[in-house]
Amino acid sequence: MAEAVESPGDPGTATPRPLMRDLKAVGKKFMHVLYPRKSNTLLRDWDLWGPLILCVTLALMLQRGSVDSEKDGGPQFAEVFVIVWFGAVTITLNSKLLGGNISFFQSLCVLGYCILPLTVAMLVCRLVLLAEPGPINFMVRLFVVIVMFAWSIVASTAFLADSQPPNRKALAVYPVFLFYFVISWMILTFTPQ
Amino acid sequence: MATPAAPAGGARNGAGPEWGGFEENIQGGGSAVIDMENMDDTSGSSFEDMGELHQRLREEEVDADAAAAEEEDGEFLGMKGFKGQLSRQVADQMWQAGKRQASRAFSLYANIDILRPYFDVEPAQVRSRLLESMIPIKMVNFPQKIAGELYGPLMLVFTLVAILLHGMKTSDTIIREGTLMGTAIGTCFGYWLGVSSFIYFLAYLCNAQITMLQMLALLGYGLFGHCIVLFITYNIHLHALFYLFWLLVGGLSTLRMVAVLVSRTVGPTQRLLLCGTLATLHMLFLLYLHFAYHKVVEGILDTLEGPNIPPMQRVPRDIPAVFPAARLPTAALNATAKAVAVTLQSH
Repeated sequence: MAEAVESPGDPGTATPRPLMRDLKAVGKKFMHVLYPRKSNTLLRDWDLWGPLILCVTLALMLQRGSVDSEKDGGPQFAEVFVIVWFGAVTITLNSKLLGGNISFFQSLCVLGYCILPLTVAMLVCRLVLLAEPGPINFMVRLFVVIVMFAWSIVASTAFLADSQPPNRKALAVYPVFLFYFVISWMILTFTPQ
Repeated sequence: MATPAAPAGGARNGAGPEWGGFEENIQGGGSAVIDMENMDDTSGSSFEDMGELHQRLREEEVDADAAAAEEEDGEFLGMKGFKGQLSRQVADQMWQAGKRQASRAFSLYANIDILRPYFDVEPAQVRSRLLESMIPIKMVNFPQKIAGELYGPLMLVFTLVAILLHGMKTSDTIIREGTLMGTAIGTCFGYWLGVSSFIYFLAYLCNAQITMLQMLALLGYGLFGHCIVLFITYNIHLHALFYLFWLLVGGLSTLRMVAVLVSRTVGPTQRLLLCGTLATLHMLFLLYLHFAYHKVVEGILDTLEGPNIPPMQRVPRDIPAVFPAARLPTAALNATAKAVAVTLQSH
């Protein structure tokens, strides 16, 4: 976490961790992602709690029940996790190698937080899938996922683009596009048992 | 307390040069970044330089540790200034541990810096190299220049992975995204790295002037044709179209790579061996991605769903009914597609 623990005072007193403060910071960053403006709140006070929450939520929702096959949903959770985090690490390394002046964890923070629109898309898709399947069902899900995919890219570009040299923004944004495309593909092709 | 100070001072002086020597080596380690100025893309020797540097650092560490241990053993047996010795020992060890961690962290950072010059590209350069990868050049009399960069090839491999995943979308069947993702990533990266290494090995045998980095870059840019063909033919399922693109686009990018290799190899037998192998592998990979990759995927889907659904139904080979206006001989094309699929499955 970016902020240190508050001064505990006497060693004997049990001071609770500033949990509410951390949660509020995470919530504030969620708002910044949903309404992306040119601000550097995500960059200044980076934390990885938000990305962790989002990644775990996404991986849980992308799991299938264990009733359909002897292979249970365990490996799927791990693979979504691995894909998200290693994709974020790869993009971060790429943007650093291209000469960006963003730090490793700041970039991870931004990429993780910008998964929020796609998580919302996953929620919507799961709700839509409760209705009867059909082409209309698919079109609705496709539309929602495309809109959220575009939102993710716009949000992450708003935060990341300033850290790159001005003529190389496209080179840094393209892998972000691929990353969110893969996540959107996973969300779109999800069908529960 | 002059008496314990004297031997302590003496021992400290004895250890001083080694410590000072360490600082020099750290400065030598700092030149790991400076070493990159000597790197050009025709020599792969920078990796050997870094390896030697680390080896030297480690050897010096081991030597200094042994020397310090010997000295402290001597002092301990002498039983002079015991407390001073202990505290100095502890401080010594802490300093060694901290220095070791710092140099390890530094070498990790420096490893990222090794790759930095390979990513030093502009968007216009990437665009022009993408277009040039489809244009075979006829000049084979002197070695053609290969841009030694890794950004374009890496992005093309990731794009190929994304296109393969996009081609696997189906609306009704249950898909295990993770397994497909792993297969796609493994296939694409395996091809890029494996075939590059193999052709580099053959080039070494045939005395071709090409480095590993250049081979990686060449083959990576050669995947641009594959990306185009697969992107088009995953959306328009026409076998005749695929064969046309396979020959045209795949052939162009293969010809480009072959021309570059021919310009860098001497001797007809060597040229034939090297270029024949590369052309075969490259064209066959595109065929594999279009046909047999579907079979791998359907194999995965079959094991998940059981043999209830016959695999033929899920082969996306039927001409969709949205093309009636094109007045294609859909029945004939469908029959051809099914015949090919049956032939492939029977093998």
